[in-house]
Amino acid sequence: MNQEAVRNAADDLDAHVRDVIAWHFSPETGTPFWLDWAESAGWDPRSEVRGFSDLVRFGHFEDEWLRGGPARRWVPKALAERPIYTFETGGTTGIPKTRTNIEDFRLDYERFSETLPDAHFPKGANWLMLGPSGPRRLRLAVEHLCQHRGGICFCVDLDPRWVIKLIKRGAMDELKLYQDHVIDQAMTILSAGHDIRCMFTTPKLLDAIANRLESEGSSIHDAGITGIFCGGTEMTAQWARFACEELLGPDVYMAACYGNTLMGLARAKTLTADDGFKITYYAPQPRAVLEVVDPDATSDVVDFGATGRVMLTTLTKEFFLPRFLERDEAEREPPCDDFPWPGVSGVRPFGKAAGGTTVGVY
Amino acid sequence: MLHFPVLRWGEPYQSLDVERVHHFETGEPIAEVSQANGGLVQRDLRKLARARDALRAIPSAELLAMCAKAADLFLDGDLPLGDATQSADDFVRCQSATTGLPEHMARMNMHKLHHVLTNLDAILASLMRGLDLDILARGHGMERGVPRSYQATTPALGIVLPSNSPGVHGLWLPVIPLQVGLVMKPGSSEPWTPWRMAQAMFAAGVPKEAIAIYPGAHDAGGTIMNHVPRSLIFGSTQTVNQYRANPAIRVHGPGFSKILLGDDVVDDWERYLDVMVDSVLVNGGRGCINCSGIWASRHTREIAEAIAARVGPVAPKRHDDRDAALAAFTTPGQAAAVNADIDAALEEAGVEDVTAPHRDGDRLVAKERCDYLRPTVVHCESPDAAIASKEYMFPFTAVVACPQARMIDAIGETLVGTAITADDAWIRALLDAPHIDRLNIGPIPTTKLDWMQPHEGNIVEFLYRARAYQSAPLQ
Repeated sequence: MNQEAVRNAADDLDAHVRDVIAWHFSPETGTPFWLDWAESAGWDPRSEVRGFSDLVRFGHFEDEWLRGGPARRWVPKALAERPIYTFETGGTTGIPKTRTNIEDFRLDYERFSETLPDAHFPKGANWLMLGPSGPRRLRLAVEHLCQHRGGICFCVDLDPRWVIKLIKRGAMDELKLYQDHVIDQAMTILSAGHDIRCMFTTPKLLDAIANRLESEGSSIHDAGITGIFCGGTEMTAQWARFACEELLGPDVYMAACYGNTLMGLARAKTLTADDGFKITYYAPQPRAVLEVVDPDATSDVVDFGATGRVMLTTLTKEFFLPRFLERDEAEREPPCDDFPWPGVSGVRPFGKAAGGTTVGVY
Repeated sequence: MLHFPVLRWGEPYQSLDVERVHHFETGEPIAEVSQANGGLVQRDLRKLARARDALRAIPSAELLAMCAKAADLFLDGDLPLGDATQSADDFVRCQSATTGLPEHMARMNMHKLHHVLTNLDAILASLMRGLDLDILARGHGMERGVPRSYQATTPALGIVLPSNSPGVHGLWLPVIPLQVGLVMKPGSSEPWTPWRMAQAMFAAGVPKEAIAIYPGAHDAGGTIMNHVPRSLIFGSTQTVNQYRANPAIRVHGPGFSKILLGDDVVDDWERYLDVMVDSVLVNGGRGCINCSGIWASRHTREIAEAIAARVGPVAPKRHDDRDAALAAFTTPGQAAAVNADIDAALEEAGVEDVTAPHRDGDRLVAKERCDYLRPTVVHCESPDAAIASKEYMFPFTAVVACPQARMIDAIGETLVGTAITADDAWIRALLDAPHIDRLNIGPIPTTKLDWMQPHEGNIVEFLYRARAYQSAPLQ
């Protein structure tokens, strides 16, 4: 590992933190929520935050702050005249969390696009977005990724909030019918002569569509798909191996990602049998940072290889989210050549928080 | 360390996702168990039909002979386990180590399964009322001059198995000679029996593509339940309620098995004390057929005291002690939760734990890596007491005072009902009670099963449906 690259990445991160803090806490450009926060906190982050490690002074971002309006309090003054999107997360019951967006979803996915191998995700290829629709960042982001690469994106309707309700009331027959309904839509698109070559999907939906294709005498490969972009905490090394060996075959590439509305998306190292299909994610630093911390002392990052709770910091000019404790745990991984900053592996629902979370939704 | 692979229609598959099972007393890792992901199970289930095709290529009589041979191999043979070989003694030690069941009980269960396997011909003859097995194989035939036709409802039976009681495996053993495949998800701490039984069957000639075993999380079990046309699941009352209305799923939940003493015999209750004690205590009190309620119109306090005097002194012993009568709770916190539930129920007026004076110490015995609950007899002055309808996974019974005239209505769901009586009118009413599954009339322990009779439904009727069939020669 090139230690100079690691040092440079850390320096870049510190400089980026100073820029983002200056932006969000400036009376001219700043974000109303953070300007109010600084006033009540009684200190000026612009003069006291010199680098990433100083963000500990913010404590932990509370996701409750994102529930309810006014949404404009999250829009920096300098961007107030731009067209604004809102993306939601949660919301099966009660008020969902809202993140405002202007360009972030496009920037995140354009950067992600640079990591996709053109041989498997050809420029100009059309995509199938087989994932959640509605007020979610993912749906527009994947469509933009496809457009950015010169293709047209075909989408399905999938309402994960309804799926969660079905799971919670144990309506497994209805759940199966709904999954069939989603797969029916995907099969229709794949059969309609749209020359789909690439697909976003989740582990459960990839299982389902691969099974459907095979039951009809085809396969992911035979359907013309050459690249799969797949995300979700359900993705384990065993599932990745199963998918690569049995659902996709050697000619279909799978790019694994860990992402959410608050972060953007973290790219996984290429999955290989030699590495035991280990899934190690690297955040899109410096725009977002993933740390693995001691759950009982969240200022302490755990050693490489050790387990801890995932903590996210998002640092863009549209959104500042310091030290948010995710509902996931993971192992901390060392930097690598492609990503000279620490990563995370084995991401799964956090033990102490998992009781309130319904996972494996789509 | 031993490794349990996933068994994909007979072919071992080592998963990247493994769970360790540990010795309940020492904490020593006993084995690593490969975990199947739901997608893998779903993919394999596309080969369900192949399982039945492979079995239909073998006459039922030959499959019965293979099962008899498998019985002996299961009981005494050295059989493959991952890359190693497992003797019968190894099996007993390992099963005890991970389930908390004393070794002598594990061996007793082996003999029970051996008995079922070696008597499958008679068991099936009984369950099928003497119908020729070949009629099931062919799909039609003549029986006493009458045309009969049966259609398999599924090419394989899905089973989501529990961890707590190896005795339940007797329920699925008749499936293979019925030419129906098996898809099993074993309990997390009891992968031993399904694996060893499958290996014994393979060694006896049963085709490998007839049996699949998928250790794993809920995802694996859910996939089996959702994708195999007929499934058995073992679980709690909540599980029972969830699947009660689903004809494709047969649920085996708590038994709430009971002994009812008729007014005609209750004054002689001491004659039946052994039956009552055995029904409560056998097999560590873990099974759904263990007695969780003893109901009588009078003498209930004396009955409770007498049972308590017999079972109260029973204390935990080492797993390899031949006199060990209690099984350990190996799930952290489970015994404490049960203990707290009982203590809360004892707050109710008219409810009393009569075991306490016969026990040196608390009901809950906490060890370093496991817990025990010592036998508990509760006296209830009324059938309306909440604890009168409870069942726990240790020797527990409520002795309930209830007039005979009210008893049948008040007992609720009852897997095994032993009614000690000679009162013909009451026996007729008991025979008509739809909420009693297995009915014993007379002093028969609830734990004494007659395998020649159906248990929570007839497995043959679950796997085959009778239908009309006619044929005529072409003109």
